[in-house]
Amino acid sequence: MRPSPSRLLNILVPVKRAVDYAVKIRVNSSQTGVDLNVKHSMNPFDEIAVEEAIRLREKHSPSTISSIQAITIGPPKSIDTLRTALAMGADSAVHVELPESSSSSDAASSSSPEPLGVAKTLKAWIDKQQQKGEGGGGKPVDLVILGKQSIDDDLGQTGQMLAGLLGWGQATYASKIELDVEKKEAKVMREIDGGSEEVRVKLPMIVTTDLRLNEPRYASLPNIMKAKKKPVEKLKPSDLGVDLTPIMETLKVTEPPKRVGGGKVESVDELVEKLKEHGFTAV
Amino acid sequence: MLPRPVFFARPILARAYASPSSPHALLFLDHRKGVIDPGSLSALTAASQLGGQVTGLVVGSNDHVTSVLDKAKSLKGLTSLLHSTSDVYSEPLPETISPLLEKILSGSQYTHVVSTPSSLAKSLLPRVAARLDVPAVSEITSLEHDAASNSTTFTRPIYAGNAIATVRLPSAVPIKFFTVRGTSFDAAPLEEGKEVPIQAVDPVDVSDSPTQHLSTNLAKSDRPDLSVASRVVSGGRPLKNAETFEATLYPLADVLGAAVGASRAAVDAGYADNSLQVGQTGKVVAPELYMAFGISGAIQHLAGMKDSKLIVAVNKDPDAPIFQVADVGLVADLYEVVPQLVEKLKQ
Repeated sequence: MRPSPSRLLNILVPVKRAVDYAVKIRVNSSQTGVDLNVKHSMNPFDEIAVEEAIRLREKHSPSTISSIQAITIGPPKSIDTLRTALAMGADSAVHVELPESSSSSDAASSSSPEPLGVAKTLKAWIDKQQQKGEGGGGKPVDLVILGKQSIDDDLGQTGQMLAGLLGWGQATYASKIELDVEKKEAKVMREIDGGSEEVRVKLPMIVTTDLRLNEPRYASLPNIMKAKKKPVEKLKPSDLGVDLTPIMETLKVTEPPKRVGGGKVESVDELVEKLKEHGFTAV
Repeated sequence: MLPRPVFFARPILARAYASPSSPHALLFLDHRKGVIDPGSLSALTAASQLGGQVTGLVVGSNDHVTSVLDKAKSLKGLTSLLHSTSDVYSEPLPETISPLLEKILSGSQYTHVVSTPSSLAKSLLPRVAARLDVPAVSEITSLEHDAASNSTTFTRPIYAGNAIATVRLPSAVPIKFFTVRGTSFDAAPLEEGKEVPIQAVDPVDVSDSPTQHLSTNLAKSDRPDLSVASRVVSGGRPLKNAETFEATLYPLADVLGAAVGASRAAVDAGYADNSLQVGQTGKVVAPELYMAFGISGAIQHLAGMKDSKLIVAVNKDPDAPIFQVADVGLVADLYEVVPQLVEKLKQ
């Protein structure tokens, strides 16, 4: 299948610009979404994905990994997220640009693309790289590392959907990746309910990152400066022949029911009394 | 949205539509080595609320499938059972089960695919959905099916539970995939004497699977399972290390018959196993009693426990956000409080 067994690996890291995890979000008054005039940053799981790509290259030096490319699908401001990835160590970036939502304070979550659309876009990009091949300036993708979920829509589907569309192997919720470049495979430790599981997956493959995989680095100032010079390719969904119109209809977005604290007690005795009042005793 | 012709067609097609528009859910009954995942029982309750038939699907090795079917056949709400047995399925992988699901679903009468958000199902369902070119909805907390328009409306938490989205999968989506947040639906009970029809499906051979299972390591625990426990005792960063975590919290958990949970800070610091993490990125629990010791109450943690019935918080910091949601709060050092609690509860 592969043109030559000695070919170096290309890694693709899809990243998403999301409301910063520390922001206390507010539902907008028209109940169409949340107020997006707040601090945004790279989805935390995607930071872990970028970090892992860089670590894999550092570990497998001298460069068996020929490229690390970050890709995002989003409005013009998503460029910031790509710059972060470049500053962390990605070589180049791709921005599939979506139009800015009509009103930024009113941008409903329904207007952001769904995992299925994102997966189709990523597949289209990967197919294109494959067709162009090494010689034609393409970067045939061997490994895609994604976050396990984005912290805005909390859907957690894109990696699996992409793996399905491509027919590739997948290792979700990865907490450890050991790449065997010679054998073109990876051993991945996965977090599962109640423990962990180890799988061996043939390249090309999809990995989604668990929190435990690594601790992302901070981009240094010199690297932030350098990142500004790294290439960013811009294109539109139509260039890839994909339609990102959401299929799922968001009818409304509301505040969750408020939970009101019941106040404090002064002593352990009072605490035990409260517990007993509610029927909680020793078993 | 719906164009006119539908109105024209309605009188003629109303009858013809009557049976196909009746929902028929395929419930992926997840299990671990033959023991049904408790979340699957909640998923069954949700599937029943669609108002039509519910067919359970059990995939696994022969032994495992037999023991699951033995219990599943009398579950309230199930109308039939399918099973597919193969040694390949004994260590289930999305790559090997996906083709089977695709075969079952293609050209079938199923309108919905339902599952608990177990780690297997979360890895498997989106893969299958994408191959069938349909979206999927994750971790729903309520649902309503409109048989007339063949659309299903769900609610689900977004932004770590800080907002609730109401979303609809329209009739244009022929098979509607969703996972069910277990804490939002009661577990389907067993019905005495009930036995539903059981049918076998041939496994689909995947000889060239790109993925192989190597090994599984499960954290051993004698305590109730965190995700279904009615009482949870949870600890955070101030517990210093794994030994202190155990020595402090386990005696209290034992007195109360509670499961033990942990904040992400405690897990990251290595005090507790990853499987104990409560929060957006860990488990979502809704027990009768949730006791938080030394947990400040970051929104990511609250997302995992704020539907608990009674929340008790003990923290040295009187301004910790956890006190805003706690029903009973105590500002004190947990090292003084916990031993006293154990003592006084025993009396």
